[in-house]
Order: sequence, then structure tokens, then C-alpha cells
Amino acid sequence: MQTIRVGAVEEFEDRSKRVVTVGDAEIGVFRLGDDFHAWRNVCPHQGGPVCQGRLYPLVRENLDDQMKSHGRLYDEDKLNIVCPWHGLEFDVRTGKHPGTSELALDPVTVQVEAGDVYVLL
Amino acid sequence: MDAAITKAEDHPVQNIDTHTDTRDYLAHSRRDAERKGYADWLIVDVDAHHVESVSWAEVTEYIEDPVVRHQATMYQKERVGAPPYGLNGDLGLRYQDVGGRIPHQSSQREKVEETDVHRDVVLTRRAMHGLAVDYMVLFPTPMLFLGMHPQTDMEVFLCQAYNRWLTERILPGEPGIVTLVVLPFNTPDEALKMVEKYADNPNVIGFCVTSTRYKPVHANEYMKLYRAIEESGKPIAFHAGYHWQDPSLATCNTFLGMHSLGFTWCNIVHMTNWVLNGIPERFPKLKTLWVESGLAWVPFLMQRLDDQYLMRQSEAPLLKKMPSDYMRENCWYTCQPMEKSNMRALECTFEMINADSQLLYSSDWPHFDFDTPSVIHDLPFLTEQSKRNILGLNAAKIFGLNPKGPKAG
Repeated sequence: MQTIRVGAVEEFEDRSKRVVTVGDAEIGVFRLGDDFHAWRNVCPHQGGPVCQGRLYPLVRENLDDQMKSHGRLYDEDKLNIVCPWHGLEFDVRTGKHPGTSELALDPVTVQVEAGDVYVLL
Repeated sequence: MDAAITKAEDHPVQNIDTHTDTRDYLAHSRRDAERKGYADWLIVDVDAHHVESVSWAEVTEYIEDPVVRHQATMYQKERVGAPPYGLNGDLGLRYQDVGGRIPHQSSQREKVEETDVHRDVVLTRRAMHGLAVDYMVLFPTPMLFLGMHPQTDMEVFLCQAYNRWLTERILPGEPGIVTLVVLPFNTPDEALKMVEKYADNPNVIGFCVTSTRYKPVHANEYMKLYRAIEESGKPIAFHAGYHWQDPSLATCNTFLGMHSLGFTWCNIVHMTNWVLNGIPERFPKLKTLWVESGLAWVPFLMQRLDDQYLMRQSEAPLLKKMPSDYMRENCWYTCQPMEKSNMRALECTFEMINADSQLLYSSDWPHFDFDTPSVIHDLPFLTEQSKRNILGLNAAKIFGLNPKGPKAG
């Protein structure tokens, strides 16, 4: 296991990301509040550069208690990274695609110690 | 913490957006191609696009009618807040980029410093590099709606202008870039002239009908056209598209639903008429290519037509075999967007269409549902020879391309 320093915690704004390389490996490191998450920069769909995409809140259908739809809403509590190749979305916290259990990002262990962020490969 | 600590490097492209260089956008595809050794494979991308409306002021200079050309010139110069001159279509209903999630679909604003060739040549070269493609067949984008144009003359003017511009300004810039010229299909006599004009052009490897249109493909007025295309030895392609104003598709409230159906529906209708009216029996050497409808519609239609044909043969007396036989033996298909969620269904589809000889790779780059060559290369049920056939050798055969690539002797 290799320990790689990504940077200082303070270099990451909340709800931001940084894509880093370690040799041939590309890793996306994301900050959400006090938590950090890291994923391989490879989309499970067609191998696209998923972590270089844009961040979007999860979209929900706005249903009332009679099951009538009133359009869609952003759920600001959930943040997705969107692969720029084909638009597949993955929850930054869980790495899961919001619409199927078949697709998920490949996780990388991330640690915060003494104000620095590390990934373990 | 482990004593041995390495420092990560920042990736040079932190965020991919509309300004990202195509080579950076497709860097993962390029790396994959190098890992898999595609340099030793012939790869022909039978369906890629450029956005011709970006160069529309240039294109309209090629309109032959002097009055329409002048009108177009003035419009392009002075009209504000309007789409490009003469183009019909869906104006602001182009939601392909899913609200900015897929930037390359929105625009390619990357830097182009080369001045020796047209910008579209540079962008196409970059895409060819990223996808490891030897030949790329270039199609237009907004012009795919021209079959629905209320002025049939305008379809003629714009097809003439675009085809001249493309063959004179773009294709000579790179030997691997070729095209299937777009026919003004609503005016069969003009389409016939177009075939005669380009039949011997080596960069024109076939003829394209944009499929969103309501004129039946079996109409008698097309028979001269089909004869001429058959004699040219080049295929006729039906390039699918969508049309949200189609009354049944207008019930779809999402681009997802409308686009999923629209891109198959037009070719389902044309294929049905093509086969049941016995066009393959009338023109047995005419090769047809069905572009950008994916593949899942083909087994559906084969089974549906076979089932009904047996009960109603008297309505299709020209047929000497089952509809599915014509669809397998006289028709070729491009794979994109290849439906992959059920691998057994896909394998069955490959068997039903005889993919080994009838299927051609296509990327549809730079559109949102593009496929890299790996969608074929990575299929678990194909032999290496089948993969090579689909990725390039079938196309080389049907289009008469050099199987060693455009730059080989």
C-alpha cells in the first residue's frame, strides 16, 4: 500500500474536488463538509474521465401526496459527479449511480491526518 | 501514517468543459487504444459528426441559386437572434447535453491554431486520434432535419451547397475523412443529379438519406435514383434522427423518451416499407446501411415482420424469402448507440443480423451517446476476427476503402 499526500485540508473548499495523478493512476478527491471521498477517475460505463466532470445536486421528482407531479427539484443534500463523456451520475459520498445498483465508482481509501489529505493505493 | 509518502500531482485538466481540447476529452480512449494495440487494427468510424452550422456563412456561399445565395448572405450578415439561414428543425429544443452535464455535445470551443486546413478538419483529426480511427465518415448535424423542411427547394439548395463545401473545403484536408453525401430526397430528380455528380468522387463513399421525413421510400419516383446508386456500387444509408413534432412523439415529455423512440422509429418505418415492397428484389446489388438507430430495433422488426408476412404474403408478392432474410443479407447496420444492458440479448442480436459481415462500428462523436471502439473490442462473445470485421474490415469491404488505412500505398 502506497500513501500519497494530496494536499492540505484547507486547500479544499466545501463541495469541491481535485483530480490528481499518481503514476498512471488518476484519482478524484472530493470534499463534502468535513468528509473526504476519493474515486478512480474511470467511469464504469465506458471508461470516461468521470472525476473531471461537473458536480450537480441529485434531481428528484416533486410529487404531492396524491402522486401528482409538479416537476423536478434539486436535492442539495446529495451531490453527484457527472461523467463528461455520457452524463452518468454518481453520488460523491457512496460512488453509486442513483438509478441502478449495477454501476458504481471504484473507491480509493482516503485519510485525513494532521490537516493533510492522503489517499492510499 | 506510513513513513513512505509520495506527493500526488495535479491532473493538468481538472475540469472538462466546452473549451477542453478534444485530445484531452478523449485521452482515456486514446490510452485504452494504445493498451489494446489498435494501431494494428483497421478502424473505420462510419458515423461521426461536425456542426456545419458553425461554418454556415461559408456554406451558404456555395448555394447555386443567385437570389437565394444573396438572401442567405444578407441574412447571415445582418440578422440577429435567429438560427442559421434556411435551416429548419427544433430551434431551442436541443437538450442533448443534459443541462450542461455533457459539454462536448454543447460546443467545441477549443483552441485551433492550425491555419493550413479548415477548423473542422483539425477537430476531426483530433477525434480520430482520440478514438484511434483510421477513417472517419463525417455527417452534418442540424441538416439531419432537412427532410421535414416546408420548402422542398430549400432542401435542394442547402444539400447542394453543403455537399460542395464539404467536398471542396473539408474532405481534401485529410485523407481519412470521407462522407456519404446528403441527398435532397424530397426532390428525387435533384437527388439523382447529386448521385451522378458524386458517383466517381473518391472521398464520397456513399449516399445518405436523412430518415426523418414522411415520403415513402418505395414511391415509384425513387426507382431511377435507386438504380443509379446501385450502378455506382456505393451504398445508400438511412441516417436516423428525431422529430419531436411528430404527433406520437409529441406525447413524450422528456428528451430521453422522445430521443430513444425517435431515432429508431424513422428507420423502423423505412425498413418496413423497404423490405415489404421488395426493393431488395428490384435492386439486388443495392447495399443499404442503417445508421444511428442502435441495434435492438432490428430483432424486434425481424420477428414482427416475419410473423405477419406469413399470414399476408399476398400483400408483399415480390418477396422470395422472409423479411428477416432481407434484413440480414441485404442490409448493413452501424452499432451506435449499442444497447448493452442485456449481454445475452445483444449476443442474440449479433447472431440474428449476422454481425460478422453486416455490422459496422460507428462512434457518433461528438454526440452525447457516442461509443468508443472498445464497445466492440470488449465484447466477451466475439472472436478477434469478428471484432476486426466489425471495427473496420466490413466497412472497408462495403465502401471499397483501403484495408491498410488511408495513408498506406
